[in-house]
Amino acid sequence: MVGSIAAVGAGLAVIGAGIGIGQIGGHAMDAIARQPEATSKIQTAMIIAAALVEGVALFGVVVALMSK
Amino acid sequence: MTSKINTYKRFTSIFLLIFSLFIGFSNNLSASEPLEDTIEHGHSADTAVAAHDAHGHDAHEANGPIDISAIAIEHVSDSHSWHFWGEGHDAVAAPLPVILKGNNGIVFFMSSEFHHDNEGKTIVEKNGERFVMFEERVYYANETPNEYGQYVTLTIDEKEVSVSNAAPLDFSITKNVAQMFISVIVIMWIFMSIAKAYKTQGVTSAPRGKQSFFEPLILFVRDDIAKGNIGHGSEKFVPYLLTVFFMILINNVFGMIPIGANLTGNIAFTLVLSVATMIVTNINGNKNYWSHIFLPHAPKAIWPILIPIEVVGILTKPFALMMRLFANMTAGHIIIISLVGLIFVFKTIYIAPVSVAFALFIDVLECLVAFLQAYVFTMLTALFIGSAVADHNEDGAHTTDDDHATAGH
Repeated sequence: MVGSIAAVGAGLAVIGAGIGIGQIGGHAMDAIARQPEATSKIQTAMIIAAALVEGVALFGVVVALMSK
Repeated sequence: MTSKINTYKRFTSIFLLIFSLFIGFSNNLSASEPLEDTIEHGHSADTAVAAHDAHGHDAHEANGPIDISAIAIEHVSDSHSWHFWGEGHDAVAAPLPVILKGNNGIVFFMSSEFHHDNEGKTIVEKNGERFVMFEERVYYANETPNEYGQYVTLTIDEKEVSVSNAAPLDFSITKNVAQMFISVIVIMWIFMSIAKAYKTQGVTSAPRGKQSFFEPLILFVRDDIAKGNIGHGSEKFVPYLLTVFFMILINNVFGMIPIGANLTGNIAFTLVLSVATMIVTNINGNKNYWSHIFLPHAPKAIWPILIPIEVVGILTKPFALMMRLFANMTAGHIIIISLVGLIFVFKTIYIAPVSVAFALFIDVLECLVAFLQAYVFTMLTALFIGSAVADHNEDGAHTTDDDHATAGH
């Protein structure tokens, strides 16, 4: 088996981020479709939530980097 | 109108010039000296392999694949000299002051006395003490060198090299510290000139120059971030929030240009920012804030679980701020370096269009991330400060709890 377990851990963390941000984006699209005039507010909230979710995923990546 | 077109043309030509220089340099480095490239990185990055290799210096035959992860880590890490371009002896690098507190007092010298040596082979003797640099850290040198001419005691354990020498206290002006001074000067220049413009022209006339670029950002921090999250006591905290926001933003931007240093990707810097946030939040915490932590509004049965969580939360919230900024910036820079480094891994110039296109895309994303991380850090700081100074009356849920509590008695 080539590589280290740390890389597998980092990959799993990124799966979590992908699912999370995908859900955020999807729900944002639904909201925009319902109420197009609130697009900019929804977009702002979506970007903020995406940044927070990405922060959590990067905790996992940092732990993977440290352990390697 | 013509002046706008002229500046546009000027910027386009400058951009094309820089882009072609970049392509030209990468061509130079990859085509002409692939062997020396590998050797230099083989030395500084993979000392374990070099130590196992009997002919440490002449690794011409052991010319294996380039270790991109080591190059990337080297680029995002701190260093005692500011390296601009070039490899090995042709390197164009500016030496930076090394300030150490050894056993005999404070020593001060320029890092050029180490002669680009990162493996503990060059001794600098100052004030009666001998110093040696290994992997950008300064240690006290051993009396006798080991079999590779290194004056440090290394323990190699499956590619993990650890040094067991003692080290002096290091107060050097490293690359990140110098970068911090530069960005402080830039921020002070920008904001002092904007403040002077307000003083001389007043707030009723239209902004000009730097003022017109930064005024929307400043008002954004003051109104949306500060007033939105803190409420009516926000003016007291706007200076701190502005400082945090622009310090992170300017340093993120500096980290992205080739000549800048990666300061926000340095965990010590983000640690200091988050400790500052923690101090500001907890010093300004009022009775409400502390009573929510130690006497939460919840059934007494779960207090043994809830109170430790709340107390640890005082530490974990700034910790999350620190990790988020550090990881985002470091990861972004490592991705860009890895993408451009593909040119060196494949040792051909023809992968450059793909590589540079991806790197350009990630660079644009990084621009967004630079601003976004500054915004998220500042917004969360404002949120924490807001929760610390919140008044009792503004929270509707508490009045119903109080009613229930008094009704229960």
